[in-house]
Amino acid sequence: MPNPPRKLRVVLAEDSVLLREGLIGLLTRFGHEVVAAAGDADGLREAVAAHDPDIVVTDVRMPPGFQDEGLRAAVALRAERPALPVLVLSQYVQRSYAADLLDSGDGTGVGYLLKDRVGQVEEFVEALTQVAGGGTVVDPEVVRQLLRRHRDPLEALTPREREVLGLVAEGHSNGEIARRLVVTEAAVGKHIGNILAKLDLPQAEDTHRRVLAVLTYLRA
Amino acid sequence: MEPRNPWQALTRSRFPLGPWPWRAAGYLATGGLVGALACLVLLVLGVFSLLLVGLPLLLLSGLALGSVERLRLRLVDLDPAPDPHRVPTAPGLTAWLRLRVGEQATWRELGHGLLLATVLWPLDLIALAVGVGLPLALLGTPLQLAADGHEAKAVKAYLVTSYPEAFAAALLGALLLVALAYPLAAVAGARAALARALLAPRDTDAGDARIGEVIASRARLVDAFEAERRRIERDLHDGAQQRLVALTMTLGLARLDAPPGPLAEQLAKAHAEAGQVLTELRELIHGIHPQVLADYGLGAALADAADRSAVPVDTDVDLPRLPASVESAGYFVACEALANIGKHSGAAQARITARYADGVLRLDVEDDGRGAADPARGTGLTGLADRIAVLDGTLTIMSPPGGPTVLRVEIPCRTLRESSASSSPRTASSSVRD
Repeated sequence: MPNPPRKLRVVLAEDSVLLREGLIGLLTRFGHEVVAAAGDADGLREAVAAHDPDIVVTDVRMPPGFQDEGLRAAVALRAERPALPVLVLSQYVQRSYAADLLDSGDGTGVGYLLKDRVGQVEEFVEALTQVAGGGTVVDPEVVRQLLRRHRDPLEALTPREREVLGLVAEGHSNGEIARRLVVTEAAVGKHIGNILAKLDLPQAEDTHRRVLAVLTYLRA
Repeated sequence: MEPRNPWQALTRSRFPLGPWPWRAAGYLATGGLVGALACLVLLVLGVFSLLLVGLPLLLLSGLALGSVERLRLRLVDLDPAPDPHRVPTAPGLTAWLRLRVGEQATWRELGHGLLLATVLWPLDLIALAVGVGLPLALLGTPLQLAADGHEAKAVKAYLVTSYPEAFAAALLGALLLVALAYPLAAVAGARAALARALLAPRDTDAGDARIGEVIASRARLVDAFEAERRRIERDLHDGAQQRLVALTMTLGLARLDAPPGPLAEQLAKAHAEAGQVLTELRELIHGIHPQVLADYGLGAALADAADRSAVPVDTDVDLPRLPASVESAGYFVACEALANIGKHSGAAQARITARYADGVLRLDVEDDGRGAADPARGTGLTGLADRIAVLDGTLTIMSPPGGPTVLRVEIPCRTLRESSASSSPRTASSSVRD
């Protein structure tokens, strides 16, 4: 794992008391610390200003309007501090939300997960750690839905390459992708090299190009 | 047939003995009274108008005077003069005011009010003075003489000193009272006709109002339907869904702590099932009313509908934010069309095109399937066509055998930016949530 386990200081925004308490319990169980828990978008901003957390975990729909206040707050926070990792929990599989989030800041250290995913406690905490470490995690459900569509920039990719890109978007490392597809890590590296070439992404630091590939994939 | 107004009564032989002269006199007398009062009020309001606060009050005074005048009209006009105004479609003072300002009847009433307060009431009083005051003054001459004992001034002009002279004047008064009843009734009739022309509903008003009422009630039904959809969506989202998430979280934690064995297996099964229910519930909530429609509008919602379609869909969508009812109708038509394409058309590819131009939303859903789609067979599309008709829009299906099929929606509307000055759908939708 690229990120050694460390104790994360989390600011949590969730208006449902039931879920808020549950999430606090869950994160504590895995050794993290919820330094503040807010019930609305304003509370979230104040908590971030006051505690300077390692990561923000927020709901999309929150008071007062019960629209996308949580997501807006997350995007605004990342406009102020592009390096602040944010994990957004949503009740919807919708790429508009994911795209807004991925466009914020420098596109790294963000996650968009379905709320269902917190039930898979270990996967959820793993995603949290990845986002806190600067990774990009998009819910497999969103990725899967997008895979079903024909999209021009991705037309050039082979089915296997698309599969690999999908797993990259879900935030997996090359080793994990190799394990899942039952191929060698070198083969995964080659696929990714092909993907980056076909998507015409500039030569730069490798992890950043991975993120760009994911962004292309999601916006296509 | 009994006369219904002073003009009809004038031609009857027993006119002077009937109630009509008295009705005409009563009408003119109250007209003078009301007009004088209106004049006073208007003068006061005119002063306030300089401070702007008087302007809406001026409008209100026109409305109030209009209803008083319609009431008064019954004195000389037996045909009913109903209220020409429409019933507001929404509660609240703002909606009422907006409706009234937009109605012709309101301005006719104000015009009549101004006319009454300036010109008509003095004329009423002059007619009354000549038609009733003069004969009565002559009739009263003998009494005047008796009271004074020596002399009396008939009509303040002609000196009378003896009873024969006085009775002659009284006789003249009686004759004049009968004779002048005719022109008096004619004047009252003219006044009533003028009032009716300005204050009663016109044929176009009545027709428009009735059709407007039907359209408005249909639109209210659709709005209520939409609000109910949102309420159900919100209740599921804030209630059942949150609890289920909490439940799967608890089960997930319990699995971690459970020692391997039958208990862990049972927990794993329960956990998987709870997850399944969550997925189904999520799809259900989305089908009721997708949140992306409220947050990002029709364009993004169409892209998401395309993402979900079983048949690959190209989208070419460029839309501003439109009123919630329009966005919702367009979205559900597109979803229904995509579902039909998936089920019946055998198409390999579909395409959604949506544009807003010249005050019209135009949305096309095309497919390369076998065509010959018959909207009469599916209830889904006819129901949606009704919803679009309520918005003054049209739903057209072009589907020759062999394809391609094009389903076109056209809805006239204003963008949210254009209409935000007069109303705020965001506010409307949030009040629905309260």
